[in-house]
Amino acid sequence: MPHGDNAQGQSRRRYWRSNLRLTAGLLSIWFVATFVVSYHARDLNFSFFGWPFSFWMGAQGSLAIYCFIVWFYGWYMGRLDILHGFEEREE
Amino acid sequence: MSGASEGSPGPAESLSARRAFRRNLDKVYGWYTAGFLVFVLALAVFEQMGLSRRWIGIIFLLATLLLYAGIGIMSRTTDAVEYYVAGRRVPAVYNGMATGADWMSAASFISLAGTLYLTGYSGLAFIMGWTGGYCLVALFLAPYLRKFGQFTIPDFLGARYGGNVPRFLGILAAILCSFIYVVAQIYGVGLITSRLTGVAFELGIFLGLGGILVCSFLGGMRAVTWTQVTQYIVLITAYLLPVIWLSVKQTGVPVPQAIYGFQLEKVTALEKRLTADPGEAEVREIFRKRSAELAEKLKDPRAALRSDKADAMKKSAELKAAHAPDSDIVAAEKALYGLPKDEAAALKTWTAARAVADAKAKPLNGMPLHGQQFSGDPKGTPAEQLEFEVSRRNFLALIFCLMLGTAALPHILMRYYTTPSVKEARESVSWSLFFIFLLYFTAPALAVLVKYEVFQVLVGTPFDQLPQWMLAWSKVDPNLLAVVDVNHDNILQLNELTIDGDIIVLATPEIGGLPYVVSGLVAAGGLAAALSTADGLLLTIASALSHDLYYKMIDPNASTARRVTISKMLLLIVALSAAYLAAQKPADILFLVSAAFSFAAAAFFPALTLGIFWKRATGLAASLGMVFGLGITFFYMMTTQPWLRHIFGVTSPVVLWWDIQPISAGVFGVVLGFIVIVVVSLLTPAPGKAVEDLVDFVRYPRLDDQ
Repeated sequence: MPHGDNAQGQSRRRYWRSNLRLTAGLLSIWFVATFVVSYHARDLNFSFFGWPFSFWMGAQGSLAIYCFIVWFYGWYMGRLDILHGFEEREE
Repeated sequence: MSGASEGSPGPAESLSARRAFRRNLDKVYGWYTAGFLVFVLALAVFEQMGLSRRWIGIIFLLATLLLYAGIGIMSRTTDAVEYYVAGRRVPAVYNGMATGADWMSAASFISLAGTLYLTGYSGLAFIMGWTGGYCLVALFLAPYLRKFGQFTIPDFLGARYGGNVPRFLGILAAILCSFIYVVAQIYGVGLITSRLTGVAFELGIFLGLGGILVCSFLGGMRAVTWTQVTQYIVLITAYLLPVIWLSVKQTGVPVPQAIYGFQLEKVTALEKRLTADPGEAEVREIFRKRSAELAEKLKDPRAALRSDKADAMKKSAELKAAHAPDSDIVAAEKALYGLPKDEAAALKTWTAARAVADAKAKPLNGMPLHGQQFSGDPKGTPAEQLEFEVSRRNFLALIFCLMLGTAALPHILMRYYTTPSVKEARESVSWSLFFIFLLYFTAPALAVLVKYEVFQVLVGTPFDQLPQWMLAWSKVDPNLLAVVDVNHDNILQLNELTIDGDIIVLATPEIGGLPYVVSGLVAAGGLAAALSTADGLLLTIASALSHDLYYKMIDPNASTARRVTISKMLLLIVALSAAYLAAQKPADILFLVSAAFSFAAAAFFPALTLGIFWKRATGLAASLGMVFGLGITFFYMMTTQPWLRHIFGVTSPVVLWWDIQPISAGVFGVVLGFIVIVVVSLLTPAPGKAVEDLVDFVRYPRLDDQ
């Protein structure tokens, strides 16, 4: 499979690079919501609708963020497929 | 279920056929859900008319088992694509529901809320770990595995890394993780069946096993998928209904997830009050003394046992001589026979009793403050600072292992082979996580509401007015629930109540004062959770053995029918041996389940992700990475976990690395796995063009030149 010069090779590279950027971006949100917040849990103790904030994050907030990450990835990649011409054909 | 099983178009079907299939599914499951609700309502009416509890339990058990078996029979198949990946036509939403049921095991359904009740904030590691892992599934694995489009996870390892060694290691690891997990599920099935109907535990196991087998045995992944969708509907209804009821009862708002923050504030206030309560202090003092006495006895168990025996005999003789009432004499004799048999037994009994007394000598029955993050104090003495550091580090390590384990358990990853396209695989992860989210963000609410009920209503009740359900549960098994009036004031103090985490969910309907039919529903939900997970796991093991080991490695010329038949035989053998092990009631079953996550993370995660994202990763490197990752995880658990130390006869002193608990051993395995694969790959020649083409093939949803 030729890589470098033809159009398909270029759009592959662009597609894959966009994918990696998106993956890295979403992964850093995941990391902050999970590990950074939990690391500082004791200090993030202010009251949030009755919950201590870090408790709420652990029990609900981070879960909602995870749902968003996964949904956004699917939605964005679907667009990226079409933009670069890699979308699956419906027969 | 006709839409799911018969007359459905083949894998290369048209868009319109797929839409029609989807519409038919919506119709079938819509009717099913309505029918299920009518069934529950009808039982509720019959209960009012005097149907006994035992019969309600039996009807629930039989009706759900028959339903699952019926779907299994209607979906029977011998076609390989149908059998292994349900014909690759499961729409994203339905695959999401099936994954949800596959994922949520007896542990999620029954134990999770109980763990949160007992441990407060630290239990949230399970909530975050078991949901956040799906981010990794979505970003790193599901779409690429779907594009790869074979049948199992070892398939991918074999194709990407070449040769039978990576495939064989994949088979071993898949069986290791899935088997320990399935034993725990079958144990849960036995427990619930015996509670629900009053049959013996062993018989309960085999009844449940029948339900599992009819389904996966006849129809493989196809039957399992459509059954899991029905099981998801049962289990989520059963989980949400009692919590909503409890929330309405306590707060008047039917959305417990939004409102329990205020209940948590009340629980925190009650925690303060109970800690300062004089009655509680009195009970704690009694337990402190009891612990001190036991410590004294443990210094010289032999002498202590001898004097205990002499005292008991003397007392019984005295009572007889004084012609005391028979009941007193019998009690004294009982006490005498109840003494430990020998020194070793005494040592064991008293050590355990002392641990219990120690916990009960602490405020709040040894439970931490519900909203408090980590133990220790970062601004306190050096010892408190260290305790804080260690507890935080273990919290983070456990989340890490659970997340990576989630993203590496073969029975979950396999599900993403069943969608019609890469796009639907991505969407399907969203749906999976959404359906799992519904249960997981409710569990912390349930824990807080039950805690409020216990602190506010139960504690302070006179002993002769305790609710009926407490007596019923303590009769079932005193280990699950026990109350003793330690300070003889006829008032229940918190530290006089012993409650096992596993009954929190099962007892919630009774705590909330709901009719028994809801208890039956909750038990049926727990059963659905355990059965659906067991189905998925058994299928994974059978596929690893029949598809990967037999077909790909031993007899590549085997016909499809032969492979499927062999898979069915193996399924039977594996299921029976798992049931046999579960019937032995292995001691540390919960530890084993969590260990499965560490093993899966260490074995699969580095090899799978690098295989997709790094073309340079070589076969030798992947094999070594898997061996070292699994090896170090196993070694760490074997040398630090008490039960495994006992089994393997390890006597050297326990050395913890960075104070990480054995349950999170996967941390070391994953890191070492990544390092080994990267280093060895760079030292070995780059993989050839075929591998490069394969990686390109999985990275792009459609390539024109292939």
